[in-house]
Amino acid sequence: MKFGILVFPGSNCDQDCFHVVKNVLKKPVRYIWHRETDLSGLDCVILPGGFSYGDYLRTGAVARFSPVMKALADFAAKGSTVIGICNGFQILLEAKLLPGIMLRNKNLHFICKHVYIKTENNHTRFTSLYKKDQILRIPIAHNEGNYYIDARGLEDLRNNNQIVFRYCSATGEVNDQYNPNGALDNIAGIINKHGNVLGMMPHPERSAESELGSNDGFFLFKAIFKWLETQKHD
Amino acid sequence: MIVEIYITLKRTVADPQGLTVKHALESLGYKNLADVRMGKMVVITLDYEDKDKAEREINEMCKKLLANPIIEEYRFKIKGQGA
Repeated sequence: MKFGILVFPGSNCDQDCFHVVKNVLKKPVRYIWHRETDLSGLDCVILPGGFSYGDYLRTGAVARFSPVMKALADFAAKGSTVIGICNGFQILLEAKLLPGIMLRNKNLHFICKHVYIKTENNHTRFTSLYKKDQILRIPIAHNEGNYYIDARGLEDLRNNNQIVFRYCSATGEVNDQYNPNGALDNIAGIINKHGNVLGMMPHPERSAESELGSNDGFFLFKAIFKWLETQKHD
Repeated sequence: MIVEIYITLKRTVADPQGLTVKHALESLGYKNLADVRMGKMVVITLDYEDKDKAEREINEMCKKLLANPIIEEYRFKIKGQGA
C-alpha cells in the first residue's frame, strides 16, 4: 500500500511527513506535486503543513484550486483515506472536504508549542490505537487555528461524533484555559461524516519519535496503516 | 473598468484584530470609537466596459474565491472607465 504527500508551493512539512512514513512507519510513500492529477495507486493522501501560496487571501484559499484538488475530491468521495495537518486541514476546509473554517488565533499570536489534546472519538481509522479520552502531547505551530463553524454545524459535528480531538490540560480538562487559540469548543481535529477524511491542527508527524519529546503522534500513522491492511483483505 | 471589492467579516464573527486596532486608536486619545472592524479591499481592473458582465463576473469571483461565505461578506463598487 502506498502513501502520498501533496506538496503545494509553500508547503514546508512535507518532508517531515515523508520521513515518518518512510523511516518510522517504514511504508512506501511518494510526493505528489500540486499540478499532478492522477492519484491512482495511492491508499492514503496526506496534506502537510506549511504556508501554501503564502497564506495569501486566506490560508488554504488558493491551494484548494490547485490541479490535484479535483482528483483529491474524487479520492475522498470514494472513501479513500485523507489526512490534512495544519495548513492541510485549512486547505480541506476551504475545499469543503471538511466543514467549517479557520480564523486567526484569538490572541493574534503565532503559537508554537507542545499542547495536550484529548481523543474524543477513538472509533475512527485514524484513532483506533488510542483509548477513549487518551491524552496526547503533540506540538502546534500556527497563526490560524481558531476553528469556527456555525451553531447548526457544531450541533451536526457533535451529533455525528465528528469531533476527534479537543485541546485540554495534561489531565484532560477541556476549558478556555487550555484552549491555545480560541477554537470553538476547543476543537483541534475533526473528521467528515463518512469518517475517511481527518483534519487536525497539531502536528502528529512532529510527535512520532520519542527523541523529539513525544511519540504519541506515531500511533495515528500506525492506525491508518492498520486500517489500510484490513481493506486489503476485503 | 475598475472594480473595488470590499470584503469584511460578518457581524457575528469576532474580530480580535479590529479590537486591537480600536485599543491602539484609543491609546492615541480617540475616545469616541464605537467599533473598529478590519477587512480587505481587492482592486480588479477589467479589460472590458460591459457593466452587466462585470457585475456577474465579480459576483462569481467573490463567491468562488475572494470571500469565504462562512465568515465574510462582500460588496463592490464599479469605478468607471480606464485606470
